[in-house]
Amino acid sequence: MPMRSSLKRVTGLGAAGEGVGHWWAQRVSSLALIPLAVWFVASVVALAGADYFAIHQWLSSPIAAGLLILLIVAVFYHTALGLQVVIEDYVHDETMKIAALLGVNALAIVLGLAGVLSVLSILFKGQI
Amino acid sequence: MTVQNRPLSPHLQVYRPQLTSVLSITHRLTGVALAVGTLLLIYWLTAAAAGAEAFETAQSFIGSWFGRLLLFGWSLALFYHLCNGIRHLFWDIGAGLDLPTAYRSGYAVLIATVVLTLASWIAGYGAMGGL
Repeated sequence: MPMRSSLKRVTGLGAAGEGVGHWWAQRVSSLALIPLAVWFVASVVALAGADYFAIHQWLSSPIAAGLLILLIVAVFYHTALGLQVVIEDYVHDETMKIAALLGVNALAIVLGLAGVLSVLSILFKGQI
Repeated sequence: MTVQNRPLSPHLQVYRPQLTSVLSITHRLTGVALAVGTLLLIYWLTAAAAGAEAFETAQSFIGSWFGRLLLFGWSLALFYHLCNGIRHLFWDIGAGLDLPTAYRSGYAVLIATVVLTLASWIAGYGAMGGL
């Protein structure tokens, strides 16, 4: 006896009911993170030992600030998607699972916002 | 439904670790480690935005031996996750899935991780003008 209804098969959303959306978002964010991560590591290496003024000078450029904001957004999006899979794999208690997922997503949003606001405040402060 | 005597998914206590499976779980472990590492990044950025004194405190923590150890582990995890992530993206388009290629790309990931990490630290110490 087939276990899937015709509707289930035709929507193609699978057992989790969300289709390939999560999988696809994980890949797209990882593609964005390849150049962003390389740029960020190269920037941090060049800034090794830099003082407060050098950091502010670096982030007073809209290009550096813009790339860093893109990096922060992509990092926390990719991190939230990745941790979601880990939690779904290992946390089997439904209440705990939902609590952990809510916590991870909330933390990703708050930390990402804190990072973006920090970059913006340094950018708009201008060179000191 | 008839219950068949099918093999179960890898049973960790009796499953011999292979390069492919070890790299796979390492990808997940480094991903979780990098998620924790974002705390350091956001601490550094918020400190830079808060003012010179807060930034000085953050820099002295990151510059301490413990901070540098965290940063070294973070860079190692980042380069591993980056290189192995690219390996995964090739698999996603259906390339390099055969076993010999999967092993070759696995070794390439390990070598690239070590080379990129060491090169970054050498360049970083160069930018600082020594230890």
